[in-house]
This record gives sequence, C-alpha cells and structure tokens, in this order.
Amino acid sequence: MGKKKFLSWAFLLLLLVSTALYGCSSDNGSEGGEGEGGSEGGSTEEKTLIFGRGGDSVSLDPITVTDGESFKVTKNVFDTLVNFGEQDTEIEPALASEWTPSEDGLTYTFTLEEGVKFHDGTDFNAEAVVKNFERWAAGDGEKFPYYGSMFGGYGDEEGNVIESVEATGDYEVVFTLKRPQAPFLKNLAMSPFGIASPTAFEEAGDAFGDNPVGTGPFKFVEWKRNDTITIEKFDDYWVDGEPKLDQVVFRAIPDNSARLNALLSGEIDLADGITPSDGATIEGDENLQLFERPSMNVGYLGMTVTREPFDDPKVRQAVNHAIDKQAIVDAFFEGRAEVAKNPIPPVISGYNDSIEGYDYNPERAKELLAEAGLADGFEMELYAMPVPRPYMPDGQKVAEAIQKNLADVGVTAEIVSFEWATYLEKAANGEADAFLLGWTGDNGDADNFLYALLDQDNVGTNNYTYYESQELHDVLIQAQSEVDEDVRNDLYMQAQEIIHEDAPWVPLAHSTPLLAGGKNVINFKAHPTGSDKLASVDLE
Amino acid sequence: MLHYIGRRLLQLIPVLLGMTFIVFMIIRAIPGDPAQVILGQQASEEAIKALRTNLGLDNPWYIQYFDYLKGLVTGDLGESLRTRTPVVDEVWPYLAATIELSLFAIIIAVIIGINAGIISAWFQNSWFDYLAMIIALIGVSMPIFWLGLMNQWIFSIELGILPTTGRENVRDPVDVITGFYVIDTLIAGDFNQLSTVLKHLVLPGTALATIPMAIIARMTRSSMLEVMRSDYVRTARSKGLSMFWVVYKHALKNAIIPVLTIIGLQMGLLLGGAILTETIFGWPGIGRYIYEAIGFRDYPVIQSGILIVAFIFVMINLFVDLLYGLVDPRIKYD
Repeated sequence: MGKKKFLSWAFLLLLLVSTALYGCSSDNGSEGGEGEGGSEGGSTEEKTLIFGRGGDSVSLDPITVTDGESFKVTKNVFDTLVNFGEQDTEIEPALASEWTPSEDGLTYTFTLEEGVKFHDGTDFNAEAVVKNFERWAAGDGEKFPYYGSMFGGYGDEEGNVIESVEATGDYEVVFTLKRPQAPFLKNLAMSPFGIASPTAFEEAGDAFGDNPVGTGPFKFVEWKRNDTITIEKFDDYWVDGEPKLDQVVFRAIPDNSARLNALLSGEIDLADGITPSDGATIEGDENLQLFERPSMNVGYLGMTVTREPFDDPKVRQAVNHAIDKQAIVDAFFEGRAEVAKNPIPPVISGYNDSIEGYDYNPERAKELLAEAGLADGFEMELYAMPVPRPYMPDGQKVAEAIQKNLADVGVTAEIVSFEWATYLEKAANGEADAFLLGWTGDNGDADNFLYALLDQDNVGTNNYTYYESQELHDVLIQAQSEVDEDVRNDLYMQAQEIIHEDAPWVPLAHSTPLLAGGKNVINFKAHPTGSDKLASVDLE
Repeated sequence: MLHYIGRRLLQLIPVLLGMTFIVFMIIRAIPGDPAQVILGQQASEEAIKALRTNLGLDNPWYIQYFDYLKGLVTGDLGESLRTRTPVVDEVWPYLAATIELSLFAIIIAVIIGINAGIISAWFQNSWFDYLAMIIALIGVSMPIFWLGLMNQWIFSIELGILPTTGRENVRDPVDVITGFYVIDTLIAGDFNQLSTVLKHLVLPGTALATIPMAIIARMTRSSMLEVMRSDYVRTARSKGLSMFWVVYKHALKNAIIPVLTIIGLQMGLLLGGAILTETIFGWPGIGRYIYEAIGFRDYPVIQSGILIVAFIFVMINLFVDLLYGLVDPRIKYD
C-alpha cells in the first residue's frame, strides 16, 4: 500500500466513524430526549422540577448546619411553627395556626394545626414540638449551632432565652422566656428550626441528616452526594392543593457558566446564582425568565479601626467620601443593586432613611484627610474577596475601582487577596487595613445585622472591623429585649446614626441576587433569605 | 515476578507514609480554622473553642498525626469534619465517578493519541504529520475551562445532541449498584439509560482526554521515529513485509515502552487532576470532593482523599511496570 493511498483510506475511515457516531448520538437524542428536557417535564404526567445550584447540601438535618444550600432543600421537607411571608420576613402562620404573646413578652402560647402528619406517619402535635426543642436545647454549639446563636445558649445556661417549652394540650404549646426576645417569632421561622419527626430522629440519631423526616410538602427520596438530591410530593401534605409538583431534583453545578448552559439546553428548569452580567442574556431569551430575589444583604468595605490610620474617624469618613459607590453598582452589579448608606438593607424594619449617606466627594475627602494630618495621603493594604458572593459578584474588580478612587485622594492602596478561609481568618484577626465583605440576613431582623456585625460583643467573630462603641452597645442590647415595635425601630434608627458618624464601614451596595428559569415555571417566588418554598410552584 | 511485586508493594509504605506527613503538615500550615468554617459566620467564640477541643484540633500536631496514623493502620480514614461521616463510607461514589470518567478519557486519549502518533511518524513531514502535531500542540496548551464551556455551547445548546453536565438524566436516575454507571445500567439491562450515561461521558471525557491525547501523540511519534530508523525495520521492509505490518507489529512493539510510561502517569494525573473538568461538567468526582474539602479545611477528607489518589497513582505505575514485561519479554523483574 502506498503512502498516499493509506492516508486516503485512513481519512475515509475517520469520516465514516465520525458520521456513524454523530448519527447514533442524534438518534438517541430524539429517543432519550434529554436535550429537550424542559419541555419534556411538562408533557409527561410526572412534573419534575430540576433546580440547578452552585453547591451540594452539607446535611439535611437543618438544625445541624449553617449553610444556605442545606436550607434550600430542608425548607421543602420541613415546616416551621411560623413562616416568613411569601417574599418578605413578616410572620405568618404555618404549623402553628395562631399564637398569643403575653403583655410582658415572656410567654407565647401557640395553637397548632390539627391533623398534620409527618412523612413517616407520626402525628404532629404539641408533644412533637416539645421533643424537638428538648433535642435542640440538649445540644451544644457544635451539634446545633443555630439554636445557640439565635436563642443565646443551651439547656440551663443563663444565655438560653427559652426557659421552658410545655405541651398544655394536644395542640397547644406554651413557650416561657427568661427575658423578652423581640425577634423570637422571626427566629422560629428560620429554616434550622424545622420541626422533625421525633420517631425518626430518635431512631436515626446522628444519621437523621441522611434520611430527614418532616411535615413539609415534599419527602426525601435520594441523595447522590455532590450531584443530586431528590424529593417527591408528600400526598398527605396538610395544605390543600399543595404541592403542585410531583418531584423536585436539586442539582449541584458549581460553575456559573456551566449552570447557565444547562439551563439554556433545558437540562435544568431553574438556576440559582446567575451573575449580574448574564442577566441581560436571560432577559433577551424568549424561552427563559429572570427572577429577582428581594435584597436582604449588604456588601461593604470594612476598615479595621485598631490599625492606623483607620483609628481616626475622620480618615474613615474621608474614605467614605472618596468612593464612588454609584459607579461601582453600575459597573460590577450591572445596576442590579441599590447603593447602600446603612449597614441594613431598606426592607428591614428599623431602616433609617433619614440618614444622608456620604456622597462621592473627593474634595471633601481630601479636606478630611488634611484635618486628620494626612494631607499627603498614606499607604494601605486592601483585601479583595477571592470568591463571588451575591453581595459582591466580583471582589477583585470592586477593589480595583476603590483603589482608583483612593488614588484620586492621594491614598495608595495595594490590593491583596487570599484563598477564602484564609481571607476570613486574617480579617477576623484584624490583619487587614481594609477589606471587602458582606452579609446576607438570616431572619430579616435588624439585630441580625447591627448586633451581629458591629457590636463590641462580636469583635473577633463577625465584627471584623474591631469597632467598639459603648453607646451603640447599650442601644442594641436595649433593642434586643424591647417588645414595642415602634420603640424598637427608634432604637435601631439611633444605632444607625451612631454607626454613620463613626463610619467603621463604607456600606457599598444591597444587591438583588438573580435566578433564572424556563418560561414554563410558574409561581416561583424567590425568598430574600435564600431558601425558597416550592410548594406552590408548578410547571406548565 | 511475585518477588518483584512484593518488593514494590513494600516500597509503597515509606512513599505513602512520607506523603501523609507532607500533606498533613501543609494543610496545617495554611491559615484557616476548620471549626470557624464549619460553624459559619454566626458562631460564638465558645462554640468554636468547644468544637476545636472536640475535634482534637487543640492537641499538638504530632499527637494529631499519630492519631491519624493509628486510624489508618486499622483502616480508619478519619471522619469528615463537615458532614460528620467517615471518609471510608462516603468516598466510594466520588472515586467511582472519577475512575469511570478517567478510564473513558484515557481510552479516547490512547486510541486517538497512539494512532495519530504512529501515522505522523510513518508519514513524517506529510500534511497529516504537520496537522496532527499542530493540533497536539494546541491540545497541550488548551485551557480546559474554555474548551469545556465551548463544547457545551456547541454540542448541547446549538446542536442539542449531548447533555452539558452531570452523569445521568436526573429525570430517569440510575439505580446505583457499583457506582460505575456504565456497569450499573448494564446490570439493569437498561440500554436506553446506558446510552444516556455514555452521552454524559462524552463532553467531560473528551475535555479531560485532550491534554493526555496530545502528549501521547507526540510521545508516540518521537518514539516511533527513532525505531523506524533502526536496522531491523529496514530488514523487515526489505523482506517484503507490508509497511502496515512493519509499523503496527514490529516497530510499535519497541516504541511503545516509553508511551506506556506516559499513559500510566497521565492516567494517575487524570484521577487527581480532574478538578477543573469535574467543576465545569458538574461531575461528582473525587477531585471536587478534595478541592471543596480544602475550602472547608476538612483535614481528614483532604488527607485521606489525597492518600487514596496517591495510592491508586502508585498502583497504576506498578501495573505499567509489569506491562513492560508483557510487551517486551527481554525485560526481567529480579
């Protein structure tokens, strides 16, 4: 065989093989029909919604975890005593149909829904509620972290605000508190406090997280780690007509672009974590729709007040004046964010709208620096977040914009970045001059922002700036146990004024996280807490 | 032969021991506190301290290390700090996913790579040779991220013939028996599912195969070129044997040894180095498992995960060394 002849044969063979392969795969394409998955879901009897998201859950026993990806699933497997509103954090009835707080705010009497069953057939009643709270209170910060952080402690500890939980009837539960806790009901509505079947958790012990049993609209079916979690319709769900879907599959697709590709090809019906820059693509696609998650977050630049020259409030104010927040929001949030002036987002009650945010004013910034004796500027390190978060889609670029703004007023900022866990540790140790960070609220309460992020009690944990103010502390502590809503809101307004004056942060933006779905997804309402109840969602 | 295998297996012990030590020290040298990461930003100081004590992170490093080794000897790979599940119990599905994908990729890489290399050598300086080597050069330097996303765009969105991500059609999930979905669907006798599973392998498999394929092709070519110039090849030709037989039977046998080494090394690399591919294609493999564990400072998972991958890596190389003898009987193991 001559050289040329062989080559031609080989080439022909290659062509044949590839044609055969192509033909074979397109045949299967029309049979197996995954490419058209989206429409397939609607045409068959079974309605399966596939929810693509960035990561897998850690555990499906909600009280043992703190990550949003776990709550996204457990929110649909468990019900809580009270629930948040459809797209806000107002309190609504759930497993408790009614509740009455006492005058002094020390006892709450809950009337429970009757005829509710757990997925394993166990009856839901007052006894079940008591057993859940007994289980949580008997734990510790390692086992049930959110119980301690929301109710102040465990068991007999003085910090534990819950004195007792008693069943006073088959369907009546009385909570007695040691002192009033203003966000008590909001805490109860949080996903970690989903009521679990006592039969199931007593039997399963630590393995409950692999086989969760609640009263929610969907029951657990299967978990393929780092891949899919499948839940299916609970036929005996206590809310009439819900859930609409037969099955929901949560799929972990870590890469944002790949997740969008999967949505475009119809393999998934809903996608979380859409980057602002992809928003326009989705709006321009007639098969897709964009969902906005109401904002309950803040992205900020923190300044470590224990480090020079940020120990001087004038310098911090100067930095506030130096940064053009509007430009940052326009460029890196693609306008899908609101410029921030307070540490809490406007949706949260107690938001102080009368505060006038620091305007973008380089001249004023220079004056303030001169007053602080730094007319020639100074050098600093600026920490840029290495990971995208809804409140900070691109830390590196935001840092570059800030660097430029600072240079305009004579401050030389060197941008540094570390791997995420390292970043958080260094910031928590107060090693950063200034750092980008943010927060997404857990329960929609002002306390969950102001106390958690800026009170002196939390220096070294969530108060990364090391900012301490006795005045602020007094106000925040008073607000924690104030039951009169108006008085409480006034206290938070005061708190925001103090923070504004002392300026440990440059509040940058309250972003609107984006999701996208096929046009056939109906009734999906993104919840500001990040965990969405899918009971009323349907597919056309 | 058995003697040789025994000696090689014994040599494994210091290698793996040294590796556990290095990994152990490195992950503890980087800052970041597992307790803090596990409990989240809300956690109180006391809770973090309590958890540290509970996890044994308060002990001096050498005690932690010996505790870990003690566990290893008894087959205990530790417990994930994050999911509180023993690594032994949770690692298999990840490992199976990665092995399935790597095998698929290496098969593609070997078939195409070796043949392209042989043909290039045979027709040295022909257009095929130039083309193949240019493609190989591009292949070696191809960013997997870009290639993966582009392939998704072309084959899934535009042509609609291949799925973008994942291992299966989640609307028709595979019943897991062995963890290798190709085998599981075969056991179940569900050929429709088998074809879906194979289709899911194509994009990540080819993305993963690109670099090894290019390396194998270049290696085969240069190794073949050397052999083709040798006397016995000329003799064979002059005896009147067809060029095809000379190349594929006589020359390849001698040229394949260095290629085998490369294949072994590449296969090992695929096992641990598939993180990017696994991320882009949402593949629940061991690379992502370890990578995510690093973000959470999940020490036992990082240590044991790397240990497992290293163990397989070493075993593959042992296997390749044994293959030499099969290919070339002149090689003796003493």
